[in-house]
Amino acid sequence: MSKPYYDAADLRKFGNITDWSKELGEKFFDYYAKVFEEGALTAREKSLIALAVAHTEQCPYCIDAYTKDGLERGITKEEMMEAVHVGAAIKSGATLVHGVQMMNKVNKLEM
Amino acid sequence: MKKSLSATNNSLANTKRQLEILSNGIFKTELPTFAQKIQETQQFPIKPKKLEILQINLGYMCNQVCAHCHVDAGPDRKEIMTVETMKLCLDLIKKTTVHTLDLTGGAPEMNPHFRWFVEEAVKFGVQDIIVRSNLTILRANKKYHDLPQFFKTHKIHLVSSMPHWTRGKTDKQRGEGVFNKSIEALQELNKVGYGLPGSSLKLDLVYNPSGAFLPGNQEALEKDFKKAFQEDFDIHFHSLFAITNLPISRFLDYLIASENYEDYMHALVDAYNPEAVANVMCTNTLSVSWDGYLYDCDFNQMLELKVQSSSQHISEYNEKLLENREIRIHQHCYGCTAGAGSSCQGVVA
Repeated sequence: MSKPYYDAADLRKFGNITDWSKELGEKFFDYYAKVFEEGALTAREKSLIALAVAHTEQCPYCIDAYTKDGLERGITKEEMMEAVHVGAAIKSGATLVHGVQMMNKVNKLEM
Repeated sequence: MKKSLSATNNSLANTKRQLEILSNGIFKTELPTFAQKIQETQQFPIKPKKLEILQINLGYMCNQVCAHCHVDAGPDRKEIMTVETMKLCLDLIKKTTVHTLDLTGGAPEMNPHFRWFVEEAVKFGVQDIIVRSNLTILRANKKYHDLPQFFKTHKIHLVSSMPHWTRGKTDKQRGEGVFNKSIEALQELNKVGYGLPGSSLKLDLVYNPSGAFLPGNQEALEKDFKKAFQEDFDIHFHSLFAITNLPISRFLDYLIASENYEDYMHALVDAYNPEAVANVMCTNTLSVSWDGYLYDCDFNQMLELKVQSSSQHISEYNEKLLENREIRIHQHCYGCTAGAGSSCQGVVA
């Protein structure tokens, strides 16, 4: 049987990254925890942002984690899908807006 | 309508099978036992504190067949508490420090002696009589339509199930049409004064996650529920209790069938919170089954794990013996100690 690159069970081992670099790992997790605390944005809003970014970053671990996190917070699947579309729109917009650079270059190079 | 595990001869209707699965897993990686886990913080064995709450299961009959039900209740379950056993419960209230009666089921209202029992308990001066109503029973049949008024007359504290503020999630867990009927019932209860701000007629809701995940922050969920219910239906209630689904009975069946069991158990173990252990509900509660046997909690009742004492039936209640018992634990206890902890009154830590 072929072994996939990604294993869902590896997500549980995320904390182990401190094993080989305690100080940096701990600094990262402190920062991470702080970012997701309730602030000007609610924890619920942050969860939806994280879910959208998880998709644009195409991180399967993050998608699993923030889908579950969303369910725990009572976020509906419609809300989750809208968040994914926001991510997708920004991602495709970001691709397309670079078309201006391409157009500029063409305009500059062509007679 | 769906049937109970018991009616479909599902192997999980056998509690021995459930305990076997809880012990041995279907796991790739081994899980620590709950006993080992609480030993780490010198909390083993768990001993009872002063008895405050008597949780009485009036029977497993219910008008609903919820997908996560740990009781495996349903219309096909015929186990019902008799008047004789109810009388023994009342005697027990008289001779103990119990101040709260927590009536559960199935649908406790479906026990034919329900109203008599409530009236008798009121006469005994019990401080808080809780009825765990599934709401839809109040709209199920004309004979139950006056229950809101009955509850009001006796100042009953209602604790009602509601898995989500949206129809889809609620009906998926509790059955088609449950959401609409629950909303109607809540509106009826509000009409007689239940759940209104400042009202002494207490109406609390219970939230169970509708799937293989843990409940989020209870306070945040309560805020979201209140906002949605007020805006969409002008419904009011007091508090929301977030309760973790324990991996037993019908929920265990779902976890296994959906291949979520291993991950769910890991999620419970990873979220283990030693601070929750001190306040788990089994420390100040005794659970009485429909046939009068005593259990540390409703979950142990469903796993047929009777109290570890020679005083195992309400007819032979012995305070001294029971106070000195050790609370029976198993792997399902991780459910009550995950995150902020879980009890019939919501979070504990």
